[in-house]
Amino acid sequence: MPNEPERTGKETGGVSRRGFLGLVGAGAAAAAAGGAGYGIGAARAQAASGAKTVHPFYGTHQAGITTEVQQHLYFASLDLTDSTTRDDLIELLKAWTDASARLTHGQQVTAEGAVGGGPLKPPDDTGEALGLGPAALTITFGFGPSLFTGELGKRLSIADRKPDALADLPLFAFDILEDELSGGDLCIQACAEDPQVAVHAIRNLTRLAFGKAMIRWAQLGYGKTSATSKKQATPRNLFGFKDGTANIMANETADLEAWVWTDADSQPAWFAGGTYLVVRKILMTIESWDRAQLGEQEQIIGRDKFEGAPLSGGEEFTDPDFGAVEADGAFAIPADSHVRLAHPDNNGGVRILRRGFNFVEGNNNLGQLTAGLFFIAFQKDPQQFIDVQRSLKSDALNEYIRHVGSAVFAVPPGVREGGYIGQGLFE
Amino acid sequence: MKTTRVLAATTTVAAAFAMSGCVANNPTSGAQAITVASTADACDVSADTATSGNVSFNVTNAGDTVTEFYVLADDGLRIVGEVENIAPAASRALTIQAQPGNYFTVCKPGMVGDGVGKTPFTVTGQEIAVDQDEAAQTATAVTNYTAYVKTQVGELVTNVKKFTDAYVAGDDDEARKLFPLARVSYERIEPTAEQFGDLDPKIDYRKPGAEAEGLEFTGFHRIEMDLWYGEAVKNYPNEDIEQLTDAGRKKVADQLNTDIQALYDKVHSADFALTLADITNGAIGLLDEVAAPDGKLPGEEDEFSHTDLYDFYANVEGADVAYESVRDIAIAKGAEGKTLVAELDKQFKAMKEALAKYGNYTDGFVSYDTVSQEQRNALGAQLNALSEPLSQLTHTVLGVEQAE
Repeated sequence: MPNEPERTGKETGGVSRRGFLGLVGAGAAAAAAGGAGYGIGAARAQAASGAKTVHPFYGTHQAGITTEVQQHLYFASLDLTDSTTRDDLIELLKAWTDASARLTHGQQVTAEGAVGGGPLKPPDDTGEALGLGPAALTITFGFGPSLFTGELGKRLSIADRKPDALADLPLFAFDILEDELSGGDLCIQACAEDPQVAVHAIRNLTRLAFGKAMIRWAQLGYGKTSATSKKQATPRNLFGFKDGTANIMANETADLEAWVWTDADSQPAWFAGGTYLVVRKILMTIESWDRAQLGEQEQIIGRDKFEGAPLSGGEEFTDPDFGAVEADGAFAIPADSHVRLAHPDNNGGVRILRRGFNFVEGNNNLGQLTAGLFFIAFQKDPQQFIDVQRSLKSDALNEYIRHVGSAVFAVPPGVREGGYIGQGLFE
Repeated sequence: MKTTRVLAATTTVAAAFAMSGCVANNPTSGAQAITVASTADACDVSADTATSGNVSFNVTNAGDTVTEFYVLADDGLRIVGEVENIAPAASRALTIQAQPGNYFTVCKPGMVGDGVGKTPFTVTGQEIAVDQDEAAQTATAVTNYTAYVKTQVGELVTNVKKFTDAYVAGDDDEARKLFPLARVSYERIEPTAEQFGDLDPKIDYRKPGAEAEGLEFTGFHRIEMDLWYGEAVKNYPNEDIEQLTDAGRKKVADQLNTDIQALYDKVHSADFALTLADITNGAIGLLDEVAAPDGKLPGEEDEFSHTDLYDFYANVEGADVAYESVRDIAIAKGAEGKTLVAELDKQFKAMKEALAKYGNYTDGFVSYDTVSQEQRNALGAQLNALSEPLSQLTHTVLGVEQAE
């Protein structure tokens, strides 16, 4: 990535833009300004600013959606336990809200924390994030379809409050979904610049949930595979290609309203300003991909591997020209290439906001890497994802990937101080 | 402050002992007097009801071995009061401060085994004010819990003997039936057994544990491996596991009985003493036993017999008895204690109900390998719900003093 230092060099200029978006606290601005003054390597300055960056928990929308994508993810899907009542769930959401507001400021889960409770008590906070700072932590909550339907929906008296489009995704070609990696009543997405900070958040929130909800599945992601700000260099996925070039950026306000946030007058009313989160665990057959010729890899993706430019020419952010043909009459961007099939131009203009992460879980007993992409997308209607995913049926990339996990969650709007996450659902 | 507290404790311990009856010879005046006759096979109590308040039992040993008399709580496990070491033809008195509720009376001639003549005993009337003095409560809790540990080990001695007798006699069906039941008493008090570092490895080590430490593989699980030989071969396909000969069986059975007897002797020795922290931390430890990677929840404890649910239930019962022993002390600590007690009452009940779906000691629990991952997850979730508040118990019960 030879262009990386140049991009990070723009970091100080980015602070005011982040300030404009209302996503950064005063502490972060000060830290970034201080870092710039040291004149040390740009990468060091970036790391220092990352450690001190605070994304406030409270706001119109939940943080962790348009927030500049952090380097690390820990995502958890939880099921309510059999005995959990409506009051229990409300109590849990309140506890999660208070804890999240603290954690995102780099504080411990309670005032007593890891060492303030005396020697005879297990500490309230597990302590492994002491001294690591806020690390740009965001915590995002969502509600799965199973929370509203069946016996559980009846027990919680929220069956009539289900967002209309909240339903399990249909089965797609090449899905080999595993139940143990799919679904869930609740989800928590924790993103941070430090993996330990993200894991600490999930660990302590899980602890608060004991007796009310339990982890169904969880996923650690170690490298972002998309950017939500043009000042972030487009990251690469495990196939070595830049990913998320055509993503919706945080400053594309009109497109966010058009494609991500539910409308102010949408039904049910409590879900206005929310969004739908789709997660897909995608295994990549790394060894096969690594044996594919460079030319074939680029034909499959539809972009050049180094620059990320579309095969129709130009630079990374040059619009692809899907009509362009080579001398032999073939499309420059092949008909079955990933870019062509996934691009808004070929999906009725549909856009989604992606926040995926790489994952590596060691090697399986055949010695193959167990690795892939933990795909996360936010959209106003899950149909946006469904349409794009259906377009990908003939994607040449399908030879090298398999979807093994799938879930969809309704992400409620943000919460004001004094309220709690999802409050509108219960009032 | 601290000095005062210690002095207060010294003076009130005697009072507490009188309350629980360990050394009491003179019934409190005004107490209702009930007579008990303990023989080799009966425990005749002159009344099966009483009114709340001080209730005295005059226990006469009409048998020819040393006997004991217990008043048990409604779970049949927790000891409300006891007198031990009653010589033949001798009489001793036990006075308890009885709240309305259901109890059991039982005698234990010979001081081992399950006891004889276990009979329901009902206390009616108004709730009485409990002794709020912390030192007295502490002494009572420690006394009664210590007696409970001794009782459980006493039952263990006879139950293990019954089990090993069947095993040595080659009655394998009977031995397989008795295996999980013989372990129940042990699993209820395991943290205490673990205090005696050398005994637990001999009695209850699993095969990998024993081998990792270079110990001879003996005890419950050695016999389990022999009784469920097919499962053992399946679990360790690369090892040459041979069934034991008659002589081999006798050797391992004798060793287990010897080790159990050694445990009995240790908890009945004069210098055996438990503290309040032993009780509360023991309760927490018991649940940790369930959740451990080689514990009951993952199904590793009884890897051949799959009788893990018996152990699971016994661990929970043991933790519950320990908790109940200090429950009044927690309540006396104020709002925080009352909140914790309300939560623990709820979660212990929920945990037992969750386990009861899979059976009970009398009818048997289902084989753990038939319990699906989803069902195990639900048990695990409830275990977390119980363990998390239970981990606060030591702080709530002892925190004030320790903070000084």
